[in-house]
Amino acid sequence: MKKTLFDKVWDAHVVDSVPDGPQILYIDKHLIHEVTSPQAFAELEQRGITLARPEKTVATADHNVPTVNQHLTIKDALSRKQVEMLTKNCKNHNVTLYGLGHEYQGIVHVIAPELGITQPGMTMVCGDSHTSTHGAFGTIAFGIGTSQVAQVFASQCLLLNKPKKMRITVNGKLNKNVLPKDVILYIIAQLGTNSGTGHFVEYAGDVFENMSMEGRMTVCNMSIEMGARGGMIAPDKTTFEYVKGKEFAPNSQEWDKKVTYWKTLPTDDGATFDTEYNFDASDILPMITYGTNPGMGIKINESIPETNDASFEKALTYMGLKKGQSLINQSINYVFIGSCTNSRIEDFRLAASHIEGKQKAGNITALIVPGSQQVAKQIKEEGLQDIFEAAGFEIRQPGCSACLGMNEDKIPAGEYCVSTSNRNFEGRQGQGVRTLLASPLTAALTAIEGKIVDVTELELV
Amino acid sequence: MEKFKKLTSTAVSLPVENVDTDQIIPARFLKATSKIGFGENLFRDWRYNSDGSKKEGFILNEEKYSGKILVAGENFGCGSSREHAAWALEDYGFKVIVSSYFADIFKGNALNNGLLPIQISSTKLTQLLTHLKENPKSELQVDLENQRLSLNEIGLDESFEIDSYKKMCLINGYDDIDFLISKKESIEAFEAQNQ
Repeated sequence: MKKTLFDKVWDAHVVDSVPDGPQILYIDKHLIHEVTSPQAFAELEQRGITLARPEKTVATADHNVPTVNQHLTIKDALSRKQVEMLTKNCKNHNVTLYGLGHEYQGIVHVIAPELGITQPGMTMVCGDSHTSTHGAFGTIAFGIGTSQVAQVFASQCLLLNKPKKMRITVNGKLNKNVLPKDVILYIIAQLGTNSGTGHFVEYAGDVFENMSMEGRMTVCNMSIEMGARGGMIAPDKTTFEYVKGKEFAPNSQEWDKKVTYWKTLPTDDGATFDTEYNFDASDILPMITYGTNPGMGIKINESIPETNDASFEKALTYMGLKKGQSLINQSINYVFIGSCTNSRIEDFRLAASHIEGKQKAGNITALIVPGSQQVAKQIKEEGLQDIFEAAGFEIRQPGCSACLGMNEDKIPAGEYCVSTSNRNFEGRQGQGVRTLLASPLTAALTAIEGKIVDVTELELV
Repeated sequence: MEKFKKLTSTAVSLPVENVDTDQIIPARFLKATSKIGFGENLFRDWRYNSDGSKKEGFILNEEKYSGKILVAGENFGCGSSREHAAWALEDYGFKVIVSSYFADIFKGNALNNGLLPIQISSTKLTQLLTHLKENPKSELQVDLENQRLSLNEIGLDESFEIDSYKKMCLINGYDDIDFLISKKESIEAFEAQNQ
């Protein structure tokens, strides 16, 4: 039988099936963080059981950590308690922790790939919906709730019904100034926020084949924003080159065997999907969102649609925007470049290349939050830090930061923020904040101009 | 987990689409390390002004609307995987959520906490939302064993889908952990073969 990439990885991890019910899926790697794990550890303790496979679990502190003075005691008592509990739980259950101060600490979906923990053909879970990021490697990776975190702790398995399969193919040549973030924002705007519900997506076509691993991670990261459990891209030479030599990548003795297996994973010719969509790369332009879900996006030079619908109008009222309005020249006071979507070195290299020698606009507060300690180190070593600082950008320490505003990094109420993160929900970046999602290029240029500019028109070096 | 078989209750209608988990429970309330007390901050920024006073016009602040059933617009529970959203709804007193569409992770989280998500067609949902708004005393009936949701006054008698395993869990108050632990031998055999 012809199989898809998703079928191959899923089927290889089925331990058993419940008649007329779910399947027991084996989990290769379980990533945990301070916010969604404490209640799961408590569940184990209440039942008097220990972690089944601590060696398959990796922890970091990211969601709730300060992005300044990480060497000091955390000021916020509740945040401090969560981070301390993570440390204690990891110690008690023999789990590797890359906590604050560790050279590998960072956003969970940035560190696992950069350390080679994420590998093709694996099943990976984390109590965070953006776990879909790891699908960039041809991995089945998805977010789970805390009850499921406890299930994986207790058994290294989950009970799941196999999702349906969707393929989204984008072929052709991308227009200038179109980044992977624009590609995924375009897809979500075209299909809507619940189009992927019940599905696992495979992204196919030469646009994804020609993308770097970091670009593929940006795309897969936002699969959840169209409701899909996860998104995958077939592993290829780009994938193997990225993984090779990473800290926890297969060693030289295992390498050839692994690559031989990974090469069998791409979808067979003639395999079928439950749902298929095709897009032409030439139709994609730099994107920006104007509403309160990631599907409310337009090409940056388009006007806000004239939709008559109560939920749509509620969103525009919250955003302080009008139907038919263009966003070009919209004044912006805050820019955030960070999050598990866009906080990798390529994002900062690109932003820096357009900022170099310039100054941020006077009205702008611009935050640069690297995804990990390793990215922060690279920013420094490559001289990007000097460029950002000279331009008046504020460089912070790694964490989820203003993507969800759990720590102090909140944007003031009522302000607009052009953000490279993944969600523009009401209050996501702080109460009353109006988030506009965009690429690192659009974010960088907004910071320089103090307003939204039409990046489709710009000739960039 | 509490057992669930039947429920008769008034319902609260929330005709908003794409209610995301950041609205159900904003991130700043995720700092707790237990599952208790999230109901207080359910829909925090829709229920309260920043000074802590109640926002007029939000349905949970109107005394005439109450009940153990929440009826909401399509794609309920999208966004973050935070199970705190299910804990908040349950802690507030909801036992059933009715919508025409649920986000996957939320649906799983709800079921793992004895909170029943019931999916009905968008036509029936619109009918229900409108009726409940005007008739706050109307009682909905939920029969999990026969998988039916009904409201006699408007002739609503819908069947709903639920995975048979999950249905068995809810009716008996079982959870997945016990089941998975009972599969230890199969899991070890799988590991021996594959690792």
